[in-house]
Amino acid sequence: MTDLPTTHVNLKGVLTASAPTADHSEGMSYLQSVPRRLVTLYLPLSIIVFVLLFPFYWMALTAVKPDAQLLDMETYSPFWTWNPTFKHFYKLLFESHYPMWLWNTMYVAVCATFLSIVASVLAAYAIVRLRYKGANLVGGLIFLAYLVPPSILFIPLATVVFQYGLFDSPLALILTYPTILIPFSTWLLMGYFKTIPFELEECALIDGASRWQILIKIVLPLAVPGLISAFIFCFTLCWNEFIYALTFLQSTANKTVPVAIVNEFVDGDVYRWGSLMAGALAGSLPLVILYAFFVEHYVSAMTGAVKE
Amino acid sequence: MADIAIAPRRAKTEVREATSWDQLKHNRNWLGFWFMVPAMAFLILFLAYPLGLGIWLSFTDTKIGRVGQFIGIENYEWLWDDAIFWLSVFNTLLYTFVASAIKFGIGLYLALLLNENMPFKAMLRAAVLIPFIVPTVLSALAFWWIFDSQFSIISWSLKHLGIINQNINFLGDTTWARICVIFANIWRGVPFVAITLLAGLQTVSPSLYEAATLDGASRWQMFRHITYPLLTPIIAVVMTFSVLFTFTDFQLIWAMTRGGPVNATHLMATLSYQRAIIAGQLGEGAAIASAMIPFLLAAIMVSWFGLQRRKWQQGENND
Repeated sequence: MTDLPTTHVNLKGVLTASAPTADHSEGMSYLQSVPRRLVTLYLPLSIIVFVLLFPFYWMALTAVKPDAQLLDMETYSPFWTWNPTFKHFYKLLFESHYPMWLWNTMYVAVCATFLSIVASVLAAYAIVRLRYKGANLVGGLIFLAYLVPPSILFIPLATVVFQYGLFDSPLALILTYPTILIPFSTWLLMGYFKTIPFELEECALIDGASRWQILIKIVLPLAVPGLISAFIFCFTLCWNEFIYALTFLQSTANKTVPVAIVNEFVDGDVYRWGSLMAGALAGSLPLVILYAFFVEHYVSAMTGAVKE
Repeated sequence: MADIAIAPRRAKTEVREATSWDQLKHNRNWLGFWFMVPAMAFLILFLAYPLGLGIWLSFTDTKIGRVGQFIGIENYEWLWDDAIFWLSVFNTLLYTFVASAIKFGIGLYLALLLNENMPFKAMLRAAVLIPFIVPTVLSALAFWWIFDSQFSIISWSLKHLGIINQNINFLGDTTWARICVIFANIWRGVPFVAITLLAGLQTVSPSLYEAATLDGASRWQMFRHITYPLLTPIIAVVMTFSVLFTFTDFQLIWAMTRGGPVNATHLMATLSYQRAIIAGQLGEGAAIASAMIPFLLAAIMVSWFGLQRRKWQQGENND
């Protein structure tokens, strides 16, 4: 017990010596030697990251390889190509419906996301700040709605969509996607609205602002990061959605990218791989670019909804 | 005096004017109701109603283009004797258990690794999440190509390393096909588990580890007695989501194998799609989909009560 203070001082000395920036989260990394870190940290990490990223490398490489090299793996090394071609992309853009599918996906995703965000903002504000009778119950029900998976809903929804005469129309997707998006974004926004100080609203109420004005002029501008997070996450979910689009759409011209690639590009042709991978790559790029710009928002959306 | 006499009367008339319209505009409950209308309209029309309708459909013999009659539990009786249905239940449970367990293991390990201090930390974290961003179907297509029977890069590499003599028929062999779809599911799910657990790890105070080091705790002891207990609530939530979405997975299977070979990778969701939409037997498909509900409820209950117990052990204010 008596020698504890000296150890402590010692530790502090080593700490400041090895990590002059004194960031507390990294305070103990000095305890590990470099070779040890190499084996316990960098090696497993690089293996995992390699496995996680390899399919994208492979997708991109296949998309630019000439057909001859794709199938002849003995004369050419399969891991690299010295004469990339954009033939597959050309075929995709000018000899197929791909631009239209891309447009459909974008259109559906933007409309469904916008609808969901508007509905979620209103609902989240009412649950958190109006605190009407039964608000907590409704909040719990909305969380339960998040747990209802599309795979048990698509059959009855198909009959509903058919009855409303929405079958094979983008409107079917625009109206059904919000059921996936609203529960998620409502919970996310509830978390953000809770962090806005109540006093701001009280001041506005005393100054005679209506609830609507408070929401538009005070709460929303302060919740912009939350709105961006919700928007990006919803947009990604829409882009990713498959089973509703597969069930509710029929004509080639109306399809979204994931469905169209699976259904229209997959034929018996051995040479399909190049254009298939080009299609997959072009379909993922918009999301990856969006993600690259908003990584932080994306991560906070993902973890925020889980933490609640 | 005159003022006092007039004032109450004026106030009274104002109140009377206010009742009908202003009640709707300013009463907290009514306002709440108006604000909830859009969200509730969507959720009731396209979620609650279809959920009930689905259960109802499972008791009818509805086909595409024909309104069904109520036939009691005939669909379920039919499924009870259907070997393919039981195979799909087995596949779904296998897929969910194996994939979720490995996702949890690797995800937690990756989160611990990413929590260490190292160069290019932010970039690594961003890169790790990419499999989660890219649409599942599109990455499933990449796996389809990687697992091709003739031109698989894995077969090629193993052959050139001298480990195997001939190509592995990845998606044509029942065991390999199961391994491949489970692998693809793990690949897609690990980033989600890792990044959310990482967010949980970052809330653990480093002073706890410093104190444990002073007391001579080993790395395993630190993990077992500090990290793991503090992470338990977030682990419960993340794994609930992971199990739910793995159990009801559809798109990965549909893009890679469509349930083949010989139904070895048919999950309940893919089987219900095949029966309901492709074969047109909406009633039977709805019965398969409804059969998933008890499993889902069980999964939610288990994690919910797991979470509750942990909270009770730690004391409420620790959350």
